[in-house]
Amino acid sequence: MQVLMFGWEFPPHITGGLGTACYGLIKGLIRHDVKVIFIVPKAYGDENPEGFRLVNASDVVMNFRETDYQQFWKNLTYLEIASNLIPYAGQEEFEELVERNTLEKLEESKSIFADRYEFSGKYGKDLMKEVSRYALVASSIASQTRFDLIHAHDWLTYPAGIAAKKISGKPLVVHVHATEFDRSGEHVNQLVYDIERQGMEQSDAVITVSNFTRQIVIDRYGIAPEKVYTVHNAVGPSLRPDLQGVMKHVKEKVVTFLGRVTYQKGPDYFVEAASKVYRKDPHVRFVMAGSGDLLNRMVRRIARLRMGTRFHFTGFLTGTEVDTMFAMSDVYVMPSVSEPFGISPLEAMHSNVPVVISKQSGVSEVLKHALKVDFWDIDAMADAIYGILHYEGLSKMFARFGKEEVENLKWENAAFNVVEVYKKAISGSLS
Amino acid sequence: MRFINLCFQIHQPYRLRTYRFFNIGHDHQYYDDYQNRHIIRRIADLSYIPANRLLLSLIREYGKTFKVSLSISGPVIEQLQQHAPEVINGFQELAATGCVEFIGETYSHSLASLGSREEFIRQVRKHHDRISDIFGQKPQTFRNTELIYTDQIGQIVADLGYSTMITEGAKHILGWKSPNFLYCSSVVPKLKLLLRNFRLSDDIIFRFSNQAWSEWPITTEKFVSWLNQMPSNEEVVNLFLNYETLGEQQRKETGIFDFFHYLPRTLFKRGKYTFSTPSAIAKALQPVAPISVQYPISWADEEKDLTAWLGNELQDEAFGKLYEIESTVMASDQDDIFRDWERLQTSDHFYYMCTKWFSAGEVHKYFNPYASPYEAFINYMNVLSDFMIRIQETGKVPVKETKPIRKAARKTTKPVPKKKPATSSKTSVNATKKTPRKTTKKS
Repeated sequence: MQVLMFGWEFPPHITGGLGTACYGLIKGLIRHDVKVIFIVPKAYGDENPEGFRLVNASDVVMNFRETDYQQFWKNLTYLEIASNLIPYAGQEEFEELVERNTLEKLEESKSIFADRYEFSGKYGKDLMKEVSRYALVASSIASQTRFDLIHAHDWLTYPAGIAAKKISGKPLVVHVHATEFDRSGEHVNQLVYDIERQGMEQSDAVITVSNFTRQIVIDRYGIAPEKVYTVHNAVGPSLRPDLQGVMKHVKEKVVTFLGRVTYQKGPDYFVEAASKVYRKDPHVRFVMAGSGDLLNRMVRRIARLRMGTRFHFTGFLTGTEVDTMFAMSDVYVMPSVSEPFGISPLEAMHSNVPVVISKQSGVSEVLKHALKVDFWDIDAMADAIYGILHYEGLSKMFARFGKEEVENLKWENAAFNVVEVYKKAISGSLS
Repeated sequence: MRFINLCFQIHQPYRLRTYRFFNIGHDHQYYDDYQNRHIIRRIADLSYIPANRLLLSLIREYGKTFKVSLSISGPVIEQLQQHAPEVINGFQELAATGCVEFIGETYSHSLASLGSREEFIRQVRKHHDRISDIFGQKPQTFRNTELIYTDQIGQIVADLGYSTMITEGAKHILGWKSPNFLYCSSVVPKLKLLLRNFRLSDDIIFRFSNQAWSEWPITTEKFVSWLNQMPSNEEVVNLFLNYETLGEQQRKETGIFDFFHYLPRTLFKRGKYTFSTPSAIAKALQPVAPISVQYPISWADEEKDLTAWLGNELQDEAFGKLYEIESTVMASDQDDIFRDWERLQTSDHFYYMCTKWFSAGEVHKYFNPYASPYEAFINYMNVLSDFMIRIQETGKVPVKETKPIRKAARKTTKPVPKKKPATSSKTSVNATKKTPRKTTKKS
């Protein structure tokens, strides 16, 4: 089976968990003899495509004289109206990104109708334009390549998936890693919602990363339950070196939050729970790793709580920094308000770090050896953190069984379920 | 005869490097050596060296009628000795002329006067010793960091043996009074106060090259004509500037050096003026009135208060944590810990955490290594966290003692305000009563 897969990012250049999940899934699919052509808006050249083809959409040559493409461009131009959309980045982060990319952008705007379009590969300004251009490139690729099925990850790639389906007539599977309701609460961006819904409606099957998300897809997007399948994420065979005990330089126990500092991730609940633990036991350090639109508010709150020398901010971490952070941690907390899956607790458990996770997360459906609390219940959260820090039996047990549990969550198994969905989609589209 | 009191402050902090959480506990190198060296070298070449040359030539030209005073902070002395020793030589040459007064301040340009009385005294003494060692002159005049002043600070300074102090001619303190007279402290009348004329000083510091300003360009003729327009009984004009104004903040191309080159000549030609130094002026003149300051004033921004350094959550947290550990630092008795303790107190660190960006962004962004006050705070607190671990590791003070120390440190800071009302409330009540009486009589 040959699959044309559309993603938005790929390790090591990631801004969220999407890239990591795609990587793991592809590795798993290869084991099931599925051939994958993975398309990203921009390849940096240092990715590690073992056993599959990584296509940089920026390298695809397009011929605009062909009317098909022009037609598609016309259909998508409405997307350009809202070029200020920010899907993953918050306002401040977004401005930062835009500033950082100013030069790059200038070059791009010149080359809009050139033969080759350079994608920035980031969530930022002109995102909608990029999404539609990506779709344009997708149709070009779809007409030049042979494959059996199209697989699109998250809304940014849905238009590309739809375009490829229209050109090739092959079945489309959309993979929902997050919905607009997770990112924005009840204040959804209508344009994003519409794209998501369109993608799900036009698809032959929808894969959700948890039952939590499956329910949202059914309830909020009105998708027929029989074509929505849950395939829980997994965690890759540890690429991470075992750094346990090597990198830690502080005596105190370390409690870590790692993720985007945005509404969805519930950083404020972590801060409040931290202050409760701190009042009970001042010999603890807390770390908030990541950045986002709520970061400055968190910094101010910490200053007001007078925890400045015990609560540290690291900014956004990548690669080995994340490994180091896990190696230094004694408890990992994921207080997400709404988390379709949440792969980071699995990574933490892989590094023998016990985790406290919110019940409003997909990952809580698959984990037994984790403490689960409601995101808003800061007392329970503080209690859980304190318990793991002070009752050695608890932390030891979580570390041991947790690692075992996570090692059984293999991408190979997840990929098997994905292949089952592929088969259904292909047979469904044929009938 | 009207005195011109020309004072320059010379200060550069030890800027911190990007110090992350991962460094805490094992990496004790806090400073951005490359950046600090680069900046000090640049400022020396653009400003300090040509400015020293200019002052020396003016002294040689005009003899005893041209005098200046210099306030040089500890961190800048250390950095100059390391990276631009010729600037120190230049200051020594100026000292040898006898026309330059060296002014005392806190050693590390700190806000210790607001955090800890003991540390403030320790730093003033240290600066005093360092200045006398290098320049062979014992400071008689004191200026606190950022010209911060209260009655209590004046009291401590007088107790330390200083006869004169320079502070800001803040409008809300002076009211209808003019800064162009000699005043004295209402608490310790023997302490003479010279008040900075902020309008004229800032005309040079901030507006000299501002072409959008209606008075641009300032020529020496124009500047002296403003001085001549002052009421004839006004006795002294206190110009207090950053030394970096010469050549760095105001580039050579703006004509700033020419302005100062011709200023004495125009002054002497157009009126009865003489340059003098703070302690000499304080001896020559009689104070016209006592000044009472209950709440701290400074030379910053429009408000002339502490809000550039203290007051928002970030600044208060950092400042509070820093002075909480004072007694443990003292107990540690280690040179490297003392050194970092002093450098972490430098006021610039708190200035970078200021959130008043929109009102004074231009001024506040000057050599600010951080993109936001939040980054400044995070970085500073990481460094401070490591510093606290080091102190604990000296083992001189058991960890458990931090709590009583915290309380003690707060007590030491509190007595300052507590003493205030006891001594100064009478005078201030009188002052407030007097002014309304006068106005009612007039009306």
